[in-house]
Amino acid sequence: MKFLQNLGKSTLETISSVGASSIMLYGALFALPTWKNVRLTIAQMHVVGVQSLLIIMVSGLFIGMVMALQGYTILVNYGAEGSLGPMVSLSLLRELGPVVTALLFAGRAGSALTAEIGLMKATEQLSSLEMMAVDPLRRVVSPRFWAGVISMPMLALIFSATGILGGHVVGVDWLGVDAGSYWSIMQATVEWDKDVVNGIIKSIVFGLVVVWIALYKGYSCIPTSEGISKATTETVVFSSLAILGLDFILTALMFGIS
Amino acid sequence: MISKRTEIWVGLFVALTIAATLLLALRVANQGMSGGGETYKLNARFDNIGGLKPRSSVKVGGVVVGRVSRIYLDEQDLIPMVELEISSEYLLTFPDTSGLSILTSGLLGEQFIGLQPGFIFPEDIVMIEEDKVCETAPYTDCPYLTAGEEVFDTKSALVLEDLIGQFLFSQGDE
Repeated sequence: MKFLQNLGKSTLETISSVGASSIMLYGALFALPTWKNVRLTIAQMHVVGVQSLLIIMVSGLFIGMVMALQGYTILVNYGAEGSLGPMVSLSLLRELGPVVTALLFAGRAGSALTAEIGLMKATEQLSSLEMMAVDPLRRVVSPRFWAGVISMPMLALIFSATGILGGHVVGVDWLGVDAGSYWSIMQATVEWDKDVVNGIIKSIVFGLVVVWIALYKGYSCIPTSEGISKATTETVVFSSLAILGLDFILTALMFGIS
Repeated sequence: MISKRTEIWVGLFVALTIAATLLLALRVANQGMSGGGETYKLNARFDNIGGLKPRSSVKVGGVVVGRVSRIYLDEQDLIPMVELEISSEYLLTFPDTSGLSILTSGLLGEQFIGLQPGFIFPEDIVMIEEDKVCETAPYTDCPYLTAGEEVFDTKSALVLEDLIGQFLFSQGDE
């Protein structure tokens, strides 16, 4: 009996949290852009985007290098090592770029956003803002939302570009793949609107989802230290699951049965 | 308040993104002859198009001169028809006697159409120069391929099963 009761209760809680997060998103999105909001957004882009650059670029470099290394050992069996270029670039542009960037972004920037907003809630800064007739959604949540949505595709592009260059370093300079083949077969295979643009669309969707989850978890957390820690963990876990699930759906839509 | 330092860092971040996007757009993605612009259309019929797809290339001795734009079945004969778009740079270059065949790049690679330029009869050269048949519409007398014409000399794609069948029959004859 208790089990059914709990099941019903948790379902209703989930549905109401989806509704509450949509209300929060609506309140944060439809903020009229003023010059002050743009400055806040740029400040948040520094926190969310620029400070993630190091981890994104280093990860991109290493992932590109590993892909070139692993790909070479398999392709050389078929005499197809010239196809290393398209292998590395298509994997990065279509899948690894958006997904790994989003996972790293959720872990680094998402958890930071949740902790920051959760602490603001716990120390009653959000209620004080309301008391001063400043809309906390517009002042605090909206800049962070737009900063995240704008930074994510930028980070994903930087990740893919660094990965391709890393693949070049390992493939051409260390393993002896012909430089001309690396770039020319890549140019013949990679298409702008099918591969690069689809990767950008994916990263925008992932950025939106990660930032939305992070902001909502912070905004609705229980205002104690345990509550903040739980909210931060849930941000990372839920964002990662959502990213991987959405990746499958988007890939099926973009590259699947058409 | 955002300091100058923050603004500089965000500016560098955006600049780095633009550099990455340019790298991807110019060096990585397809900078094929889709930017070429003007093209003229030719038609051809094949018995079997094999693995030919729209946007497959048309090559003369390995040089890409055009792309396949449409593949469809002729309504009456149910024979595959292929519509090609050749770059206008090569207008009045290929004679009417040119041949098209469906070839495969590499062993397992993608299929493309190879154009083998034909020959021009000496009396046709006279016709081109003196009567100027290639300069005024309609171009039906022009011995070069012009827009909308059909290429008649076509070789279909090699189908593996037919090849095996031929081989087995030839073995059986011995």
